[in-house]
Amino acid sequence: MGWKELPRGGSILEPGNSESRYTGDWRTFKPVIKQDKCTRCLRCWIVCPEPAIYIIDKPYATSSGRQFKFSVEVNYDYCKGCGMCVEECEPKAIDWVEEEK
Amino acid sequence: MMAKPFFRTVYDVPREEYLAPGHGLCAGCTAGTIVKLLLKVAGPNTIVVNATGCVEVSTTPFPYTSWKVPWIHVAFENAAAVASGIESALKALKAKGVLDPSKKINIIALAGDGGTYDIGFQALSGMLERGHKVMYVLYDNEAYMNTGIQRSGGTPVYAWTTTTPVGKILKGKIQQKKPIAEIVAAHRIPYVATANPGYFADMMNKFKKGLEVDGPSFVHVIQPCTTGWKFDPRYGIVLARLATETGLWINWEQEEGQFRVTVTVPRRKHVRHYFELQGRFSHLTPEEIEAIQKEVDLEADRINKLVGRTVIGPLVE
Ligand SMILES: Cc1ncc(C[n+]2csc(CCOP(=O)(O)OP(=O)(O)O)c2C)c(N)n1
Ligand code: SF4
Ligand code: SF4
Ligand code: SF4
Ligand SMILES: [Mg+2]
Repeated sequence: MGWKELPRGGSILEPGNSESRYTGDWRTFKPVIKQDKCTRCLRCWIVCPEPAIYIIDKPYATSSGRQFKFSVEVNYDYCKGCGMCVEECEPKAIDWVEEEK
Repeated sequence: MMAKPFFRTVYDVPREEYLAPGHGLCAGCTAGTIVKLLLKVAGPNTIVVNATGCVEVSTTPFPYTSWKVPWIHVAFENAAAVASGIESALKALKAKGVLDPSKKINIIALAGDGGTYDIGFQALSGMLERGHKVMYVLYDNEAYMNTGIQRSGGTPVYAWTTTTPVGKILKGKIQQKKPIAEIVAAHRIPYVATANPGYFADMMNKFKKGLEVDGPSFVHVIQPCTTGWKFDPRYGIVLARLATETGLWINWEQEEGQFRVTVTVPRRKHVRHYFELQGRFSHLTPEEIEAIQKEVDLEADRINKLVGRTVIGPLVE
C-alpha cells in the first residue's frame, strides 16, 4: 500500500486489528491449564497482560463432581509465556511446559 | 457513609475486552494488565489520549492498533493538554446540539512517569487548574523505559538506571522519588488516588470513581517493569503486591479533600523482600536496606497519625 491510499492523518480505522499479529511465537514455555484442578477463580484471567486467557462458555464437570458453566482457556496465538498466570494460580492448576520445535 | 465498592470479586469484572492482543509490550508487562482492566471499567464510550512511552509505542505499531476504543497520540509532553481540548470540544458539540448532551463520554489521559513527573507536568497542572473533566492515569514504571531505562523524577532512590549507574562513585539514583500524587492533590481536584494492579478490585474501583467525579481526577498506578527493574517476568504481580505488603506503596484515595487508606496492611513485611527480587537494587548493602526500612517505618507512622488509627501495621517478617 502506498502512502496515498493510507487514511488521512495516519488514522487506523480498524479497532483492535493487532489481533492479526500473533505473539505466541515469543514463548519458550507455555502454561497449560488443568481443567480438572481449576477452581475458576479467574485470577489468571485478571492478570494476563495480553490478554491471552479467556472465559469460554464450555461447561465442565470435574472428577470430584463439581459442575462449572464455563472453562478458562489460554489462547496460544497470543500467550507470550510470561508465567504470571502460573504465579497467580493458588490451586496450582497451571502446568509450565517447555516448548519444543 | 461510604458507598459500597462496585468491584468486589473477579465475578464483578466485565468479560468484554477493549485491549486487543497482538501488542508488543514485553512478556509479563504489568502495563498490559493495568490498561486492560482500565478499559473494562471505562467501556466503549471512551476516548484515550496517550503520551508516548511503552504503552503508546507497543499498542500502535502502524498500521495496527490494540485499542478498541477511540485513541489518540500527539506527543510526549501534552497528553493532558490534548485531553483538555477534547473535553472542551465535546462540551461545545453538546452545546450546539451536534452531540446528545446526555451522552456520557469518558476521557482518559494515559502517560508514564517520564510523561507525567517530568515532561508532561506543565500540561497536567494546567489541566487540573482549569478543571477539565478528564481522568489522568499515570502508570509508573519508575524510569523512561521505552527509550532504554533512563531515570525520571519517579525513579526511587538507589535504583539503577542507565543514567544512574552503579560503580565506585554512584550507587544508583541519588535523589528521592517525587511525591507526584500529593503534588496533584495540592491542586485540590475532586479525586486523587494511588493504586496497584495486585489489588485489582481496589484499582478498578478507583478508576470508576475517577470517571464519575465532576472534574479532573488522577490515579497513580505502580507498574512493575520486568525489563527495567530486572526481574523474572512471572513476578510482576507478586512484586506489585510486595510493594504494598512492605509499606513502600500505600494505596490511598482523597475524595473531596477526605483522605483514606483503601488497602490496610495489618502486618508489614521487611522491604528486603521487595528489593531482593529486583536486579536494579542488587547492589544495595544490608545497611542501606536497613536505612530504607527506617524511612518506611517513619512514613507508616506519619500515615497512621494522619488517618487517626493504625492502617499500616507493624513490621513482622
Ligand atoms: C519531546 C520528546 N522527547 C523525547 C521523546 C523520546 N521518548 C519516547 S518515549 C520516551 C520515554 C517515556 O518514558 P515514560 O513516560 O516513563 O514511559 P515508559 O516508556 O516508561 O512507559 C522518550 C524519552 C519523545 N518522543 N518526545
Ligand atoms: S503465560 Fe503470561 S501471556 Fe501466557 S497466558 Fe499466562 S499470563 Fe498470559
Ligand atoms: S488461576 Fe488457576 S484456578 Fe484460577 S481460574 Fe486460572 S487456572 Fe483456574
Ligand atoms: S520495558 Fe517495561 S514497561 Fe516497557 S514494555 Fe517492557 S516491561 Fe513493559
Ligand atoms: Mg516510565
